[in-house]
Amino acid sequence: MPDTQTQTVTLRIPTPLRSYTEEQPAVEVAGTTVAEALEALVDRYPDLRENLYTDDGDLRQFVNIYVDDEDIRYQDGPQTALDEGDEVSIVPSIAGG
Amino acid sequence: MSTPTSAPPTDAVDLSPDELKRYSRHLTLPEFGREGQEKLKATSVLLVGAGGLGSPAATYLAAAGVGTIGLVDFDQVEESNLQRQILYGTSDVGRPKLEVAQERLEDLNPNVDVNVHEMRLTSDNALDVIEEYDIVADGTDNFPTRYLVNDACVMTGTPNVYASIFRFEGQVSVFATEDGPCYRCLYEEPPPPGLVPSCAEGGVLGILPGFIGTLQATEVIKLATGIGEPLIGRLLIGDAAEMNFRTLKVEKNPDCPVCGEDPSVTELIDYEAFCGLPSTDAPSTNGTDTVSEDSIPEISVQDFKQRREDGDAPFLLDVREPYEAEIADIGANQLIPIGELLQRVEDLEADPDDEIVVHCRSGGRSAEAVCKLREKGYDAVNLDGGTLAWSQEIDDSVPTY
Repeated sequence: MPDTQTQTVTLRIPTPLRSYTEEQPAVEVAGTTVAEALEALVDRYPDLRENLYTDDGDLRQFVNIYVDDEDIRYQDGPQTALDEGDEVSIVPSIAGG
Repeated sequence: MSTPTSAPPTDAVDLSPDELKRYSRHLTLPEFGREGQEKLKATSVLLVGAGGLGSPAATYLAAAGVGTIGLVDFDQVEESNLQRQILYGTSDVGRPKLEVAQERLEDLNPNVDVNVHEMRLTSDNALDVIEEYDIVADGTDNFPTRYLVNDACVMTGTPNVYASIFRFEGQVSVFATEDGPCYRCLYEEPPPPGLVPSCAEGGVLGILPGFIGTLQATEVIKLATGIGEPLIGRLLIGDAAEMNFRTLKVEKNPDCPVCGEDPSVTELIDYEAFCGLPSTDAPSTNGTDTVSEDSIPEISVQDFKQRREDGDAPFLLDVREPYEAEIADIGANQLIPIGELLQRVEDLEADPDDEIVVHCRSGGRSAEAVCKLREKGYDAVNLDGGTLAWSQEIDDSVPTY
């Protein structure tokens, strides 16, 4: 088992959600899967939880998660494995024009 | 890779001597040439929304020599548009946008046919309007119209060059081509109302639609001429603050309800209802500003003012950002931005049993805050219409923004 305490990945926070992360565009968290990394994020910023998850604990449909440039829905979903230094992007829908 | 779109046939167009002069920098561009220019002239493009994105997109597409440009919008020019909507000038405030846009574009390039569709695009008229055009460029400002445009483009086989913006960030992609994904492959469902603030509430860097809209127009020209690699199956994300551009893969979803192998949506639906909004035809441009009023208790600005005068003012909580309070202040007892509310709920200076009236700019974020506070057991009530309503109905010295 890799040591979850030492493997860190970068979570890229989109502008609509930066008000929940003290305006940080990127947050470093520990995690060996996407689910662990996101859990670490919402532990740190609890107001983000309802933006990312439904009441049933599933990721919301309008929030897409990418590991590097790949959509996790076409990988292993939240269980998609992460390597040290991977970039996880949260890409919510925006509608301004 | 297969041809992205049905680039229109070129046999019906001929360039006049004036046009040959005007487009000389295209004609001498080897990859473009006379053939590219003729293809552009044979192309019709529908721009949905003549705002932040539509302004630069329409300007460059007209300058470039797209044969027919259609515009859909029903707004009038407002002062707050001028920070980014470069089709319009100060003297145009109050005029219908499309009237001004038509004048500007015809002056810029009289060889372009400008069709104005001064209407709200709806499930009843979208297919008829879109069917007339070769390419759609979606630059609207709300989720219901985005899903409507996507679905109508899939159903009519019209490529949709999509762009959207928020604060410092923009997205561009090409949807609804024959083999490519559609918007619903990327985002099957819209966010619940109130969760994603609109540009009016969230703000937008004025120059952002300038470069995102020109990227959008670039993709239109590439589709029309068949030049280069269009953004099919790729989502470009541009962040002006970080000045960072990334492209992410967008897969075509075989189970997509609209463009998948066995679609469940085969005709246009009620998109307001789909996006969780009251299904009215209220002429608001910002569908995202509206929040379903079911079960969210409200107080009007009139009633709130009355209670203040009666010395019975409830605790007033502002959930906007601090810089907004610097612009327009209606005397809140405390400010906690919506994004920090749950983390800082213990900081609330109201007593646990106090009634708390929550306000923001227009009532969207405060409705969300009311939900959160009521879940925590607080007696929270939404100030209907926020500082905007306060300014309009109570005290016009409070600036609107």
